[in-house]
Amino acid sequence: MSDSAQTPHADEVEAEATDEKPGQPEGESHVEPIENGADAVVAALKNAGVDYLFGVQGGAIMPVYDALYSETDMTHVTMAHEQGAVHAADAYGIVTGDPGVCMATSGPGATNLVTGIADASMDSDPLIALTGQVPTDLVGNDAFQETDTIGVTQPITKYNHFAASPDEVGDDVSTAYALADEGRQGPTLVDLPKDVTQPETDVEPGKPETPDTYNPPEKADEDAVSEAADVISDADKPVILAGGGVIKANASDELRAFAKKHEIPVMTTMPGTGAFDQTHELSMGIAGMHGTGYANMAITLTDCMLAIGTRFDDRLTGDVKTFAPDADVVHVDIDPAEISKNIEADYPLLGDAKAVLDQLGDAMTDSPEAEAWREQCQTWKDEYPLDYEMPEDRPLKPQYVVEQFDEAMPDDTIVTAGVGQHQMWAWQYWTWTEPRTWVTSHGLGTMGYGFPAAIGAKIAEPDREVVAFEGDGSFLMTSQELSVAVRENLDITIVVLNNEAIGMVRQWQDGFYEGRHMASEYPWVPEFDKLAEAYGARGFRLEDYEEVDEVIEAAMEYDGPSVVDAIIDPEENVYPMVPSGGDNSLFALSEADLDEI
Amino acid sequence: MTGKLPGPGPGERMRPEGRRNEDGIRIDPEAEARHEPRRAVLSALVEHQPGVLAEVSGLFSRRQFNIESLTVGTTVDESRARMTIVIEETRPGIQQAKKQLRKLIPVVSVRELDHDSIQRELVIVKVNGDEPDKVHAITEMYGGETLDAGPRTITVEITGNVQKIDDAIDAYKQFGIREIVRTGYAALSRGEQQTAEVEETVKLTAETETPADDD
Ligand SMILES: Cc1ncc(C[n+]2csc(CCOP(=O)(O)OP(=O)(O)O)c2C)c(N)n1
Repeated sequence: MSDSAQTPHADEVEAEATDEKPGQPEGESHVEPIENGADAVVAALKNAGVDYLFGVQGGAIMPVYDALYSETDMTHVTMAHEQGAVHAADAYGIVTGDPGVCMATSGPGATNLVTGIADASMDSDPLIALTGQVPTDLVGNDAFQETDTIGVTQPITKYNHFAASPDEVGDDVSTAYALADEGRQGPTLVDLPKDVTQPETDVEPGKPETPDTYNPPEKADEDAVSEAADVISDADKPVILAGGGVIKANASDELRAFAKKHEIPVMTTMPGTGAFDQTHELSMGIAGMHGTGYANMAITLTDCMLAIGTRFDDRLTGDVKTFAPDADVVHVDIDPAEISKNIEADYPLLGDAKAVLDQLGDAMTDSPEAEAWREQCQTWKDEYPLDYEMPEDRPLKPQYVVEQFDEAMPDDTIVTAGVGQHQMWAWQYWTWTEPRTWVTSHGLGTMGYGFPAAIGAKIAEPDREVVAFEGDGSFLMTSQELSVAVRENLDITIVVLNNEAIGMVRQWQDGFYEGRHMASEYPWVPEFDKLAEAYGARGFRLEDYEEVDEVIEAAMEYDGPSVVDAIIDPEENVYPMVPSGGDNSLFALSEADLDEI
Repeated sequence: MTGKLPGPGPGERMRPEGRRNEDGIRIDPEAEARHEPRRAVLSALVEHQPGVLAEVSGLFSRRQFNIESLTVGTTVDESRARMTIVIEETRPGIQQAKKQLRKLIPVVSVRELDHDSIQRELVIVKVNGDEPDKVHAITEMYGGETLDAGPRTITVEITGNVQKIDDAIDAYKQFGIREIVRTGYAALSRGEQQTAEVEETVKLTAETETPADDD
C-alpha cells in the first residue's frame, strides 16, 4: 500500500465529527449559562448528545458533579466501583454505537478505570473517560490522590489530554468525544484539574476540533477494489471472515447482501459475532481457539479470504504460519496499521467496511464458482457440530443452560459475559442472528466484565432483554454492582455458571499442567442466590434439569435483577479447542485429542 | 446432544499445501523467505507540545521496536518539532512503526528517508592525552574540532555520517577512549524533496525566513 493512500481528508473528518445526533439541533441544546469550566464540560457532553454518564464521586471531580446537579437532560448513574462505571459505559457504547461516558475522581478513581479503558482500547469501543485531577500547582508533587493519569493511560487510549484552561476545557471534551467516535473507534480521556473546572469562564464549547493528522478514509481506492473483486470472483474456495469492524461500521446488512448474492460462506471472529445470521445456510459459525471445527477447517483450506474489520488476533489465527496458508487475503480495514500487521494482506482495502462492501458489490462482475466448496463446508458442518454429552440427571451441563435461555429469549436479546469457560459456552451455544447483541471482553479478557456491561446495555436498551452469563470467579469480581441494578430496578438476568472454580484456568491445568489445580478451585464461593437476595434482587438456585425451564421463566418474569446460581458439572471443559499458538485445523474435540496434537 | 463427535480426528484431517512465515507472509514451501532486519531512518514532524516524546518513545517500547537512536529538535515553525528515529527492523516491522506513528494524534507526518538523504550525527570523544600530536592529526583528518585538551585527556568533536563517525572512533581507539557520547541522527531529505509529507514552510514567507540550505 502506498503512503499516499493515507493522505488526510481533513474536510471529511470535520464533516463526520460535527454530525448532529437526532433531536439535538446545533447550539440549542444547552440552555443553562456557562459559569465555570465544569459547566463547559457538561455543555460539551450535552452538545454531543450524551444521555447517560456512569461514575463515582470524589474530591477532584466534584466541580463536574456539581455542574450536573441541576442537569435534567443527562442522567448520571452512580456505580459501586469505577471499574463497574467504565464497563457499563463501554457496553453502552457497544450497544448504541455512540461513545459511552464514564467519570472518576483523580488517583484511585482514575486508576480504577484503567482496566476498562484498556478493554475498550483492545476492542475498539467508543468510550470517553473524564477524570478529576489535583490542581495544576500540585501536579507533580505527589499530592493527595494524585496520579499521572495521562502517563498511565497513554498506551491504552486513542487520545488523552490534560486540560489546561477553563476557557478551553469545553473544546477539549468535545474533541475527545468526537475522536472516540471517528474512524476506528476507541477510548479517549480528558484529565480535569480542579483549578480548570472550578474557575469562572463563560466560554461555550465550540465544534469539535479533530487534528488533521487523524483521517479515516471512507472509500477504498477504486483500482484496488476492482482488483480484489476479480480475485474473489476467480476463487474456488472463498470465505468471508467478518470481524468486529463490520458491526462497528454498521455494515451487517451489506455483508449479508454481499455474501448471499455471491454465495460465499461466512464465519465471524468473536467480536464479529452477530454480524452474520447463524441460522443461514452460508453461516460457518465462529472461528478461532474455541470456534467451531468447521469454521477452522474452512479457514485453513480456503484459497481466498475476504477479511473485514479484523485485527487477526492470535486467539483467532493460532500459529500464523498455518493460518489460511493457501489464501489470497483481501483485508478491509479502516485502520492502516491493521493491514499486514499480523497476516500479510495480498489485497489491502483501506476504508470503512460499509462503504467498501458497497464498492466491492459494484465491482464484482461474477460470483465465484464454488459449488464444490460449499458442499465441502456443509460436510464439515455435519462432521464437526458443536455438541456435548448430556446425562439423565445431575450434574447440569452449562451448554444446556445456555441453549435453554437462548430458546426462551427473543432474537434481539443482548447477551453479556465475563471471561472464562462460561463466556465460551455462551458464545458457542447461543444462536447469533443480530449485530450488537454479544457484549464481552474480547481482546483484554477481563473477568468481571459481564455484569456491569449488562447494566450499561440495559440502560442503553431498556426495552430489550439482557442476560449476563458469568462464571463464579468472574461474578465475584464485580458483583457489588448488584446494588446499582437493584437501585435502578434493571430487569437483567444474571446466570452464574457455577463450577466452584476458575474453570478456564483449571481446564488449561488439566490439558497442559498434568491436572495440578494450583489456585484454581473456589470451593468457598458464596451462594449467589442468597447474595442476590441480600442486595434486594431475586435469587434462584438451579441444580436439576427439571428445574431449568421453570427457573428461566421465573427469572424472566421477575421485573428487576435476578441471579440464577446454576450449579454445573465441575468437570466440564470447553471444546473444540485449538491449543494456544496451534494450527487451527488441528482443533481438539476432547482431552484425548490434545495428546495427539 | 449426543456427545458423539463424528468427525475425523486431528491426524486424519485435510491439510493445506502452502504456508506463511512468522510475519504472516505467504511463502513458497520449498524456500522459506526470511526478512533480514535493516536500518531505517524515519523522520517525523510532530506538534511541539509536552508529552509528544513520551508518546513516541512509549509507542516504540510497548511495541518492542528496536530503536537505535531518536533525536528531537524544533523547526522553523515554532509549533512543530522534527524527530529523527533510526530503527533496525524487518520490512514488516518498519511498515508497522510508520503506521503506528502516524496514528498518534500529535504526529503530523512520518516518512522513511532514502539512502541518499543527509544524515548527520555528532560524537564527543574523550581520549587519553599522552600523544596530543597524533590525536590532533586524526581530528584534522576527520574534520573534527578539539574541545578541550589537558595533560591527561583530550576531548574532540566529530560530525558526520555513521561511517565517518565509526571510522573516527576506530582511529581514536589506539589512544584509549575514556568516554564517548553520541547524539544519534539528525536527517533531512536531499535537494528539493521535502522531508515531511506536508508543507512545512506554509507559515513562512520569503521575507521572514529562508529555510537553511541542504548540506
Ligand atoms: C481480571 C482477570 N484476572 C485473571 C484472569 C485469568 N483468567 C482467565 S479465565 C479465568 C477463569 C475464570 O473463571 P470463572 O469466572 O469462574 O469462569 P469459568 O471459566 O469457571 O467459567 C481466569 C482466572 C482474567 N482473564 N481476568
